[in-house]
Amino acid sequence: MNFFSKLMQLDRRWVYLLLVIVCLTAYYSDFTVPTIVEDETKAIYDFIEALEPGEIIFVAVDYDPSSQAELHPMTYALVEHAFRKDLKVIFTALSQNGPGMVDQAIRDITDSLKLPKTYNGIFYEGKDIVNGIDYTFLGYKPYYAIVITAMGQDYRILFPSDYYGTPLDSIPMMRRVHNYDDIAIVVDISSGSITDAWISYGQGKFDFPLALGLTGVMTAQYYPFLQSKQVMGLMGGLLGAAQYEQLADNPGLAKDGMRVQLPAHLLIILFILIGNVGYLATRYKERKV
Amino acid sequence: MEFTTFLWTTVAAFLTLAVFSFLYKDNPMYKFAEHLFVGVSAGYFVIILWHGALVPNLFKKLADGDWWYFVPGILGVMMFARFFKKSSWISRWPLAMYIGISTGLAIPLEMANRVNRQLWAMMEPINWSSFWGERYLDIGSGYSELFIFVGTVSALVYFFFSKAHTGAFGAVAKFGIWTLMLGFGASFGFTVMARISLFINRIQYLDINWGQTAFNAADTSNVNYHAGFQALFWAVWLIFLVYAVFEYKKYLSNKDKPSQAAGTSA
Repeated sequence: MNFFSKLMQLDRRWVYLLLVIVCLTAYYSDFTVPTIVEDETKAIYDFIEALEPGEIIFVAVDYDPSSQAELHPMTYALVEHAFRKDLKVIFTALSQNGPGMVDQAIRDITDSLKLPKTYNGIFYEGKDIVNGIDYTFLGYKPYYAIVITAMGQDYRILFPSDYYGTPLDSIPMMRRVHNYDDIAIVVDISSGSITDAWISYGQGKFDFPLALGLTGVMTAQYYPFLQSKQVMGLMGGLLGAAQYEQLADNPGLAKDGMRVQLPAHLLIILFILIGNVGYLATRYKERKV
Repeated sequence: MEFTTFLWTTVAAFLTLAVFSFLYKDNPMYKFAEHLFVGVSAGYFVIILWHGALVPNLFKKLADGDWWYFVPGILGVMMFARFFKKSSWISRWPLAMYIGISTGLAIPLEMANRVNRQLWAMMEPINWSSFWGERYLDIGSGYSELFIFVGTVSALVYFFFSKAHTGAFGAVAKFGIWTLMLGFGASFGFTVMARISLFINRIQYLDINWGQTAFNAADTSNVNYHAGFQALFWAVWLIFLVYAVFEYKKYLSNKDKPSQAAGTSA
């Protein structure tokens, strides 16, 4: 058995082990990689940056814990940016395990904003983020397509009260807010087909600005909606989150994670090259025989 | 961090390592984590559905005197007839209603937004004034628009099977398949990034939330110091060490029986 035949029969666990070693080495090494911001992420940042204090943005947290690695950093960077600008946020979670994600994000972001900090050269005093005044969490309802359509008429149809049981009319920031006409933008941060519903049943029917934050697996298939201008901005995977963190001058887990991506990707490219060379060499030898 | 909070952090760390242990081979710790995940997800969903949908959107409405909510309530109950063989036909009525509403809602909107608007985007005039764009791979540049147009048309040609893919037609179809391959390549690249991201997140969790907390808590000036932090940390690793020793012993005892050797080939 020659080298290439052995290579083709290599136990895949050696590949995993090598990848783990490379990732851990990169994680514990002190180096940085530049993050190049793309237009589709900058479009979202610029839109949020241009809003006036008091305006309302709608953040749909449509992902489960299985996707939090990529999508939580987006939610954190975007919502923290919005709160720093004194914007108000309406949250929903149309994914069945999503409410816990919103709960955790609100808790962490609220804690982070209590500390005074400087972002992009501007000093921000620490402040308390208050439920009902700065944000409202509507919660989860099943059958997202119907929920998205109903919210175009009035949030109260399906959400008579918020996630914590407070009637929507008793919540100060929701008193004059009824549907998508009263918000500046919908940002859907999603790991599944709910995004399709936001495009067709939400933006397509009610014509509001829609921005997407997607897992890496989904990103490529949503670029056509960017080109057709149905979507005004798009953050793709951990890279998109890192780009937003860079723009907001708020480096977090995504920026840190991109350091590890570089050597891991190089290793995978190397594996692909070796695998293909091995395959071609074996095929060549078989033909010769 | 309180000790009880750290205890749950340790449970999460154990489950993370248990799931990763599947990369070596299927094992009882992985099975435990998998079953726990399925059970907790289902239980969590039921509670969220009960308190988030059924109570405020049905029971509370009925209690407030909105009696017409009785109709969707009954339709919902009819769905449970599926569990009884003789009366399972009853469940078809609410299902038919649901499918009818969903289809009625979906067809015009899907057609308008996923077909028509995509077609319009294809018919936009090409940006000749900024053909080379402002920067590398500029999505708004003329050459990007031209490539998208040519790529879309040739990919559609590839799926036209009523004519043999030969000559000029075959060349266009060939370009179409290359365009499709580029799309698949982009998806694969993003998928690799996504999978590595999941692993990075778990490293960050194990390091920052678990490891660093366990050892920083050992600083006695910390008011929440608890000796159990490090004990829990090492206990988890001990479980995996014991399992590794057990597996190694099993491997040694099976060494002379090649047909039973553990491992999978690529």
